[in-house]
Amino acid sequence: MTFSRRRFLQLGLTASGALLVGMRAGDALGAAPMPPELLGDDLVQLTAFVMIERDNRVVIGARGCEIGQGVITALPMLIAEELDVDWSKVRVIQLPYGYEETDGKPGNRYGDQFAGGSTSIPTAWKDLREAGAAARWLLVQAAADAWSVKAHDLQTQSGHVIHADGRKLSYGALARTAAARQLPDTPIPTRDPATFRIVGKPTRVVDARSIVTGQNRYGIDEYLSDALVAVMLRCPHLDGSLESVDDKDARRIPGVKDIITIDGPKTGEVFDGPLAAGIAVLAENTWAAIQGRNALKPVWKTGPWTEESSTALSAKANTLLDEARNGIEVRRDGDLAASRKRARHTVSARYEVPFLAHATMEPPGALIELRNDGALLIASLQNPDGASRLISKLTGLPRNTIEIRLPRSGGGFGRRLANDFVAEAVLIAKQAGKPVKLMWLREDDLTHDHYRPFGVHAMSAVLDRRNRVAGWSHDCAATSRTYRAAGMQDDPLWKGCLEPDDFPAGLVDNLEKTFHPVTSGMPRGWWRAPLHTFHAFAVQSFIDEIAFEVRRDAVELRLEMLGAAREIPYRGHGGPVFDTGRMANVLKLCAEKIRWKDKRDDGRGIGIACHFTFGGYTAHAFEVSMDGDKLRIHRAICVVDVGRVINPLGLEAQIMGGTIDGISTALNLQITVRDGQVQQKNFPDYRLLRMADAPNKVEVHVVESTIDPVGGGEMGIASVAPALANAIFATTTVRIRKLPLMPELLRLL
Amino acid sequence: MQKSPESQAPASAKSTGTEKSAALAFDINGKPYFHDGDKAMPLLWYLRDILRLTGTKYGCGIGACGACTVLIDGKAARACLTPMQAVAGLKITTIEGLAAEKLHPVQQAWIENDVAQCGYCQAGQIMAAVDLLARKSNPSDEDISGIANLCRCGTYPRIRSAILRAATLSRDVQS
Repeated sequence: MTFSRRRFLQLGLTASGALLVGMRAGDALGAAPMPPELLGDDLVQLTAFVMIERDNRVVIGARGCEIGQGVITALPMLIAEELDVDWSKVRVIQLPYGYEETDGKPGNRYGDQFAGGSTSIPTAWKDLREAGAAARWLLVQAAADAWSVKAHDLQTQSGHVIHADGRKLSYGALARTAAARQLPDTPIPTRDPATFRIVGKPTRVVDARSIVTGQNRYGIDEYLSDALVAVMLRCPHLDGSLESVDDKDARRIPGVKDIITIDGPKTGEVFDGPLAAGIAVLAENTWAAIQGRNALKPVWKTGPWTEESSTALSAKANTLLDEARNGIEVRRDGDLAASRKRARHTVSARYEVPFLAHATMEPPGALIELRNDGALLIASLQNPDGASRLISKLTGLPRNTIEIRLPRSGGGFGRRLANDFVAEAVLIAKQAGKPVKLMWLREDDLTHDHYRPFGVHAMSAVLDRRNRVAGWSHDCAATSRTYRAAGMQDDPLWKGCLEPDDFPAGLVDNLEKTFHPVTSGMPRGWWRAPLHTFHAFAVQSFIDEIAFEVRRDAVELRLEMLGAAREIPYRGHGGPVFDTGRMANVLKLCAEKIRWKDKRDDGRGIGIACHFTFGGYTAHAFEVSMDGDKLRIHRAICVVDVGRVINPLGLEAQIMGGTIDGISTALNLQITVRDGQVQQKNFPDYRLLRMADAPNKVEVHVVESTIDPVGGGEMGIASVAPALANAIFATTTVRIRKLPLMPELLRLL
Repeated sequence: MQKSPESQAPASAKSTGTEKSAALAFDINGKPYFHDGDKAMPLLWYLRDILRLTGTKYGCGIGACGACTVLIDGKAARACLTPMQAVAGLKITTIEGLAAEKLHPVQQAWIENDVAQCGYCQAGQIMAAVDLLARKSNPSDEDISGIANLCRCGTYPRIRSAILRAATLSRDVQS
């Protein structure tokens, strides 16, 4: 066994670095538990993830960044299952970032703590079950020693090791000797999933009580006694800079202690620091800092993007598609030109999707302390590894001296995969010579984001004599996701906008996908199910347009294209295969639930769409009607197949939430740019869905499966926008080809 | 060297028994407080930065999202838009002060219905629901739709069912 593997499975750090956010899992309604650090010798650290109390209660460490996707509950469930303890005896704590070096090589004692790409569950399925089984193995060996019997004669049940003759020892009694044992070099077997007692059972969020009593501490809720609050005014011009600032009035605000400027990125350079030049007002409290910021009189220098506007970007994208020259080939199958010559019908349409901001409810921010011998960061993160590297780069501190705690985050959606706000906090703290609590205001958040790309999709289909899809082209002109993106400089320009193997690739003989980069100064990033929300609207709206054009049933057309149930290669994230049968299955189930075949004669329309996201198969259907200029959503249905379900209650929450996020985004959200500046400043300009406009219920149907699990955080969103657009067409006969839907619908109606 | 985040309010913010001249007096979660600082400071930042009652969240600063909803004399109010001078003589309840011996029925219902995803907006949602149920013990769907607090995770359907559950729990308590 390698040192790092042994350390992952067995050795842990002391409980002192762990953030206590948890509570007794099965006792979410009960009284607050004793924090582990107060338990002293009663608590034994058995492995990196498992601590056991003398009275046989168990503390399990949750390693993931909790951003609302439920990993703080689901990951400990996997460990508890293999450990074989009662969930009601488990308490969960959030682990800190687990950086460590082995022979000078960087690693993480907890494995992967990254929250992105819906990878937490599939990764944990592979390694955290063994981590739980390793802890159990140690306890069984300790009992075998105590009784001088062979380990394979022993069983475990609910936190006890049991001998066939009826002898029984609690884990609590065995923990101390078990912790002193070494794990074997051979892999430790995990349970047969058929015997699972915790995994697969609906399980509530473990720290719900601390959330509903206001005790849970998010990144924004952390303070250090000597830290100053920093609120920034950032340059509103893309790649602009600060010419000068008159800060006399700001310095006069009571409580304002210091004013510091930091540089923004240089045009053309990779975005690996702050997103904009800015002025930081440091004050005793947030209010003083905000007033100081409001009193600043800056003179900004505009950048090279003063001509940039959403209107110009759209015109540019359409021109590139009209010219159809020099497109970058993403995929080419068969002979599309030849199939066009034989065509009975061709259908073409263009679809436009806007920039999007993440708008996490908790805006970005960071609390940082820099010392000569190390640093402490407490922040709501999705990518602590990136934060660690960034702090080290900006300060010169070795990474093993940088402590990062991972509080619960007020949403992520991809925003926190970037650490620009951490860079700002470091640069401010360096200059201030003091710890800094950087607070972003909502205006900062909407105007300085890594936006989901903007683009136009030109779709064209060739129908043969039997109205089957014989040719397919998808030309996309978009602001490339890779633009100045850290770690993506060697990627093809279409990466993050298109996936070569996405539907209907591999299913249509003659197929072409091309990409045309559109120049823009807007920083871009990953936004929940990123490229899938970006292109599924076009693909799945277009299928309906084809069906309408040739008078075919939109569900039957999709099923015909999917064809026989089989696995076809899929090279993108979520592969290595795409199973047409699983896709067809969720689509059929969704059609059945919405009663697809039943004609509506009450003015309501139904629409359906399906999509494959990161290994998960999803179909959405909506039943809608117009009430004046308001869209009423009468039914919202989502069917998913994500393989084996770890926590059904958590998965339902993700799919319900993803669906509502999808509705919110599809109906009203867009970021626009004018004169090289982002136009949306706060929620009145970026109108997230409110309860009054949300469906009362999202009918979530989950396909039962024993296939290894994928995640659930990003599967519930990509097919929402096209299903809604298709439903709106069914009720209004207005086809909307531009997101967001509502402004376009009201324009066309 | 390791440093713990401060969890206690600075001594200067603790409630005192003696009223200072020109200080604003008010009650938060059943305790008297006096504020002699900036009278224009929004209640939100007083709660968070001065008292370290961080359950009340910042979301927009302009009263649009409701993450900072508290009860002032029993009515839901946006703490980000409420200057300290406006709370003189009033009783403020924050999420931290909602549970007495037991959880408030709304908090209980929130746990039972597993409402929270990221959970950041939920304190505000809960305070808005408490306000609604105080006005309407048996709220209709439309009454519930009147709550305009934003939830970015899309928990609205579970918020709905939790409010209906809380209404039942509250009636059970009374009968």
